[in-house]
Amino acid sequence: MDLRTTYMGIELQHPIVASASPLSASVANIKRLEDAGASAVVMFSLFEEQLRHESASLEYLMTAGTESFAESLSYFPEIEDYTVGPDSYLELLRQASNAVDIPIIGSLNGITNTGWIEYAQLMQEAGAKGIELNIYYIPADLTTSGREVEERYIEIVKAVKAAVTVPVAVKLSPFFSAIGSMAKALDDAGADGLVLFNRFYQPDFDLDTLEVAPNLQLSASDEIRLPLLWIAVLYGRLRASLAATRGVHTPVEVVKYLMAGADAVMTTSALLKNGIDYLTTLRDGLKAWMEMRHYDSVAQMKGSMSQRNVADPTAFERANYIKTLESYRSDYS
Amino acid sequence: MTERQVTTIDGNEAAAYVAYRVNEVCTIYPITPSSTMAELADQWAAEGIKNIWGTVPLVMEMQHEGGAAGAAHGALQTGALTTTFTASQGLMLMIPNMYKIAGELTSAVFHVAARSLATQGLSIFGDHQDVMAVRPTGFCMLASSSVQEAHDMALIAQAATLEARVPFIHFFDGFRTSHEVNKLTLLTDDEMRAMIRDDLVLAHRARALNPDRPFIRGTAQNPDVYFQSRETVNPFYAKVPEIVQAAMDKFAGITGRTYHLFDYFGDPQAERVIILMGSGTETARETAAHLNQHGERVGVVQIRLCQPLSAPDFLATLPASVKSIAVLERTKEPSASGEPLYLEIVNLLMEAHAAGTLPTPALPRIIGGRYGLSSKEFTPAMCKTVFDELRKNQPKNHFTVGIVDDVAHTSLDVDPSFDIESHKVVRAMFFGLGADGTVGANKNSIKIIGDDPEFFAQGYFVYDSKKSGSQTVSHLRFGPDPIRAPYLVQSANFIGVHQFNFLDRGDVLKRAAPGAVVLLNTSPHEPEEAWDRIPRPVQEEIIAKKLEIYGINAEKVARDNGMGTRINTIMQTCFFAISKVLPRDKAIDKIKYSIKKSYMRKGEEVVRKNFVAVDNTLVNLRQIAVPAQATSTRQLPPVVPAAAPAFVQNVTAMMMAGRGDELPVSALPIDGTYPSGTTKWEKRNISNFVPIWEPNICIQCGNCSMVCPHGVIRSKFYNEVGLADAPQAFKTAPIDARGFPEIRYTLQVYLEDCTGCGLCVEVCPAKSKEQANRKAINMAHKEPVLENERANITFFETLPEVDRGRVDFSTVRGVQFLPPLFEFSGACAGCGETPYLKLLSQLFGDRLLVANATGCSSIYGGNLPTTPWSVNSEGRGPAWSNSLFEDNAEFGLGFRLTADKHLTYAQELLRALAPQIGEDLVDDLINAEQVTETDVRRQRGRVAELKQRLKELPDPRVQHLLSIADQLVRRSVWIVGGDGWAYDIGSSGVDHVLASGRDINILVLDTEVYSNTGGQMSKSTPLGAVAKFAAAGKQIGKKDVALQAISYGNVFVARVALGANPQQTLLAFREAEAYPGPSLILAYSHCIAHGINMQRGLDQQHLAVESGHWPLVRYNPAVRESGENPFILDSGRPKIPLKQYAYNEVRYKVLAHTNPQEAEHLMELGQQAINQRWSVYEEMAARGGATFQPKFKP
Repeated sequence: MDLRTTYMGIELQHPIVASASPLSASVANIKRLEDAGASAVVMFSLFEEQLRHESASLEYLMTAGTESFAESLSYFPEIEDYTVGPDSYLELLRQASNAVDIPIIGSLNGITNTGWIEYAQLMQEAGAKGIELNIYYIPADLTTSGREVEERYIEIVKAVKAAVTVPVAVKLSPFFSAIGSMAKALDDAGADGLVLFNRFYQPDFDLDTLEVAPNLQLSASDEIRLPLLWIAVLYGRLRASLAATRGVHTPVEVVKYLMAGADAVMTTSALLKNGIDYLTTLRDGLKAWMEMRHYDSVAQMKGSMSQRNVADPTAFERANYIKTLESYRSDYS
Repeated sequence: MTERQVTTIDGNEAAAYVAYRVNEVCTIYPITPSSTMAELADQWAAEGIKNIWGTVPLVMEMQHEGGAAGAAHGALQTGALTTTFTASQGLMLMIPNMYKIAGELTSAVFHVAARSLATQGLSIFGDHQDVMAVRPTGFCMLASSSVQEAHDMALIAQAATLEARVPFIHFFDGFRTSHEVNKLTLLTDDEMRAMIRDDLVLAHRARALNPDRPFIRGTAQNPDVYFQSRETVNPFYAKVPEIVQAAMDKFAGITGRTYHLFDYFGDPQAERVIILMGSGTETARETAAHLNQHGERVGVVQIRLCQPLSAPDFLATLPASVKSIAVLERTKEPSASGEPLYLEIVNLLMEAHAAGTLPTPALPRIIGGRYGLSSKEFTPAMCKTVFDELRKNQPKNHFTVGIVDDVAHTSLDVDPSFDIESHKVVRAMFFGLGADGTVGANKNSIKIIGDDPEFFAQGYFVYDSKKSGSQTVSHLRFGPDPIRAPYLVQSANFIGVHQFNFLDRGDVLKRAAPGAVVLLNTSPHEPEEAWDRIPRPVQEEIIAKKLEIYGINAEKVARDNGMGTRINTIMQTCFFAISKVLPRDKAIDKIKYSIKKSYMRKGEEVVRKNFVAVDNTLVNLRQIAVPAQATSTRQLPPVVPAAAPAFVQNVTAMMMAGRGDELPVSALPIDGTYPSGTTKWEKRNISNFVPIWEPNICIQCGNCSMVCPHGVIRSKFYNEVGLADAPQAFKTAPIDARGFPEIRYTLQVYLEDCTGCGLCVEVCPAKSKEQANRKAINMAHKEPVLENERANITFFETLPEVDRGRVDFSTVRGVQFLPPLFEFSGACAGCGETPYLKLLSQLFGDRLLVANATGCSSIYGGNLPTTPWSVNSEGRGPAWSNSLFEDNAEFGLGFRLTADKHLTYAQELLRALAPQIGEDLVDDLINAEQVTETDVRRQRGRVAELKQRLKELPDPRVQHLLSIADQLVRRSVWIVGGDGWAYDIGSSGVDHVLASGRDINILVLDTEVYSNTGGQMSKSTPLGAVAKFAAAGKQIGKKDVALQAISYGNVFVARVALGANPQQTLLAFREAEAYPGPSLILAYSHCIAHGINMQRGLDQQHLAVESGHWPLVRYNPAVRESGENPFILDSGRPKIPLKQYAYNEVRYKVLAHTNPQEAEHLMELGQQAINQRWSVYEEMAARGGATFQPKFKP
């Protein structure tokens, strides 16, 4: 049974990758992910905005109220060796890269061009085998056009690609008018991988306090449908690798994603819910499923149900919608 | 030898730098103004900086200075080179150990930033009262007069003590030297090694207690030998002067800096000489030099070794031409025939006269005088006055200089116009707000200029007495020669006014020299609009003095460049641009270099913002044209309103206006007694944003009023007829209660007293149904509503106070109607402590006695000029006092003892006089219950009736009964302080008082850190939090004082957090007060020292409880009495991990930035500790009442 796959030019022992999550916040956990069988680990995201905010807020709060009153001219000890900025992230990346044999992929969310480029370079220097650009952008400004948003994505990819030699993936949003065209554009811009799709923060309301409340729920299995659709559509039509993320809770979703055409399948929610060791269950479950159905390799099943390889390619397009409606009518009525 | 380094630091750092390097152990405890020495020692140890023998000294914080001295004594007795740092009351606590250390001939140096003692009032400022008070201990004393000397004498003292075997105090003037920033040459480690003889260090160790060659030291001695034993030390003291001078000579050989036991400065043929020590010598010698240049013949003797005072050396120093001498002292000994140095010099000269060894042909005339107490300025003009006095035939003895004493007429008249400031020196003054970063920028400018080999620099900073909205005044000098001017700038050629409204407050241009340059932050106006907005008298001064004015709208520039309200870098850039101290481009480069150096570790974002601000500053700087005539019609506003009482008008207002120095002795209370409730006359207007009430949204819950730290939100309900004369803009709403259609409700915000903390808005639960971001109280610009609200407040105050008998004391909603008798304090904006004190004053204020430990609460509670403890409409209110830091529990217990004794005595007299007074009244007075407010008010009625009846009685016992009759109304005695007091310095007192069984209440305002002295670790500081003295994160968990107190069984204990559960807080306060035995309330107080956004302080309190860090509990012995479980858990099981609470606070977060692994480790331990404690609490809460200690009758 050959479970190997290639993602962004990196050979992986099998397709199941631990995606960006708090689980990668320590070397110990990253080692556990490796021991549990992850074929690669995408680190949690380095948020440029957060670093900037943290730097400014730390300075503000350390100095608030100082030099105002004769008895308390400061409130904290003078500490020389702060690590504000990307240092602690990079150090973790460096240590993790040395501690494990599987590839570690850095994840980056920037807000400035300098940030994207500089941090990507630093991640490469720290040992990242690849970089995932977690472009997380909600165009709340009503004067920003869709085209401008797309151009921003493309510019970032071009800039980072020009700055690093390791492969670069883009984790992208499903909210483009034409995902296919966008994927193609990113592919043309040099992206080595596309990760479908980012789960955007969608706030909830707290009716007791009448406040907007952060509400980050773990994904559910039925969320695979949107990525499944687009991976199936994009399979075989781009140079970039495809990675699926969202809704991977059982080996069944892994199989579906691979059949749609994913080169790698990423999971977080299942691990947060069931623990890191659940990765072994997913990998072994994939293997068992393949054995039961007599598949020889991942390569064999990859894309086997993509748009170009299914009997009815239109099932992925508009007709799909109609078919869904039709299927509600019972065959027996 | 390594290369000498020149640097610009303050006196504390200068002394600590040496002390740390020539010792092995530092036992420390924070006290102003010496704390910095201890903090630096701790910080250096944390950074692994080694002493001259290549090992990192061990630094240990103790529970108080007595502990620090005790531990130092122990460390010394076992052979470690040991030092400590202290001041004032701290030194007082060390006295017993100092006798021991000296009696045992122990080599040690204690470094003291000399400070006033607490007498009629506390003062944190500098004089020599503390060091003079320890003269008899046997410590020798070496005085430094400057930052460089504080550095050098620290080493000379250490070298001398090792050789002499007698301990030394090395002292310098608190604040004036400890906090003055000046340029100095640092000693190298090699130089220090060359000064400290290793054979003497080894001898010190060889004398130590050691079980391998044991002996006994510290015996109890009897009349047969104690006396003789006491005399054994004489030869050691006799050698001290010679040893110290030898050390000074050796030092001179190594460093080229020459010192003597006494140094003479002035004309060799001087006839008039001033003798003094400390920073004043610098002023005196510069003045003498100036006078001598103008034909006078005067001189100054600077005393360095003041204890023992060497007669031969002194006589050798004194010019033979001297005819009259003035001994100036920075101390006061009210019952002595003269201050100590004076007496020493008189004695010395008399003995020399008798022995025929005087250097002078005749005995000079000697007078003594006092100067500079509590950092009172000592200027060249005052020196000249003393020299002039010495010229008189009958000069005044036992004089004072620097004040006007119109009572005992001790003072000399000073001509303030005398000035010796050099024209070669740039003399700059900067008026800023604490929050705007002015002082920090100036310290930075001093470094920038001081680092230039062509310049010398000096900086000294004056802060006002408030913790929020405080004004700072920086006094900077830069020049080509060393700067010896330890007094404020007398005549400034540059003045920076960093807040436009300062022009309204006091005379900021008073010290401007003619033609001086003035830099004005014109915000909120543009520079072009500024002139017309300057008050007329200030315009006239500008024109008369021909001042050159520059302006910048600094807040706008700051805002536009992402700097928020921090205008420091902008104003600093302007200063360099227009003062021309350095070439402009060079200065800008240096500012940027310095920004990078200071902020790099804090992240590039901070550096970037500052760089941009620098670049954008100069384009916005404008010169403001000064017309020939004043154009403004606006006069300076009065300091206090005309309605203020006479004392406030005549005394308080002078202090408020920065003219307290002008107050004569007769104006001041003789025994430290001041009127209550004076903050209300000081409309500080420190916030441009204030809360505005929305009556239509408000649900009248009282939460905003409850949490307001400054007492600016008041509520009343009243009959609608009261609105007849209401101003049109007066806000009112129907009271939210059924059945009272005629009753109205008003929430009135005292805008001018508000600090803009925003806690009221945060806590408000009511939101607009149309717009979720509008609450029943919202922050808004003050200016547009100010005039209307002033009228509203005036009207609101005419509405009758709510009858306390109609108030529901048991709910937050009800308590809002009780007027706070703690109002408008100068605490930090959003303070977490003050709402508890305000609540205390609302509930029990009219019969409240407060003993307040020194700390934040004694400062915002009792720091002049204005104080917040107030009185109600009947003239009753909290009687408040601060004794000391260490004795507060005992001090408060004393209040109770008086109350108990006088109550008993009054009852005895009542019984004795019952037939004359009336049996029924007496019976009621003695036996009536006093639990509820109604009970108390009835008792007040009875006492009034009693007084009436007593008036008519001829019995001689009547006067006694009248004098204590008020005690028949149950007094509420509260002992208040912070955790530094309750957990550390006052811990044994707290314990003893809790064990007393008396009806006292202890309120601990627990900020988990020494807040007032700047964030040092206490035993309340939680595991993993970073604090001064715990730079690597506190390694030990906080003490559970609640469980300790519960173990007595008869102590009421509560742990409360207003932000988490105000109702529980209220309940706990009322139960504690009602309980007739000892009570302890531990109140979570968020604090600026936590490194939090203070606006979110209440949220943090909530999270502290949610995480289990601060479980809410009550232990009520009264419940135990009824057989029930007295231990009640008022908060639920921890719902969130400790991290979720802790990492909102810099005190925890900073460790994650410095040592992430350690932070994680400590956080894990902290979580385990929470889990473990919770299981103990849960088990206790589930037990049967019988498993607890039985209740003992108080």
